[in-house]
Amino acid sequence: MSERVKPLTPTLSPGAGRGCYPFTFSPVHPFTGLLMKNDFRARSHPAYWAFLVHRVSGLLLTVFLPLHFWALGQALRSAEAFDGFLRWTEYPLVKFAEIGLILVLAAHLTGGVRLLMLEFLAWRDWQKSLLAVAAGASLVAGLAFALNVV
Amino acid sequence: MNARSQVLIWGAQRISAMVLALFVIVHLVTIIYAVRNGLTAAEILGRTRGDALWAGFYALFVAALAIHAPIGLRTILSETLNWRGRSLEIVMLAFGILLALWGWRAVWAVFA
Repeated sequence: MSERVKPLTPTLSPGAGRGCYPFTFSPVHPFTGLLMKNDFRARSHPAYWAFLVHRVSGLLLTVFLPLHFWALGQALRSAEAFDGFLRWTEYPLVKFAEIGLILVLAAHLTGGVRLLMLEFLAWRDWQKSLLAVAAGASLVAGLAFALNVV
Repeated sequence: MNARSQVLIWGAQRISAMVLALFVIVHLVTIIYAVRNGLTAAEILGRTRGDALWAGFYALFVAALAIHAPIGLRTILSETLNWRGRSLEIVMLAFGILLALWGWRAVWAVFA
């Protein structure tokens, strides 16, 4: 019994890509044999969306932070300068942006807590529940803020 | 970058994340409370000026952010732009220092 059994599905060996850990696990495309920069197999998995939300929210927060520090720094010049900036917050578009910001912050926080739990606790089978909790908590935080603002 | 530095960066990211998770919840609750009473400079500054405890809290908050944000940005830049090596590390260090300085300036502005 030494004949090689062909696998039912083609194996996309992660190691077939260039480089070594941690710089790529990109597999080789089964038909063209080309290196796949974006692994299509992962897209339909809910954890992929958790990763994407976490990454995009982190990026948005990093872009927002310097603006936030600048606005607060206006108080250095005078209370009137600070007030001048705060008057902006009366506009509905700004309030809308603030709600979005709170949602983004809550999403990044709960996504991050999910990651910390994955890395330091052994709750692997509860990933889907954790995702649901993350989404729920984000929504609650955003709504609470919206109810206060509007 | 050697393995030891990578582990240190990973560790710093996780520890700053835990600190930030706590601090952000406190900050969110405080903000929701603050917005409830209206957003004028006089009201806010009246609450915050001279408050050493909250100044200390936000100073620590800024420090944790200045560690956490650049490391996260580093991962995104390195994966999207395929940017590796010393130049990325220097830019990220500069970004972290800038964030810390701007942040502490803002803390001074509001609490001093």
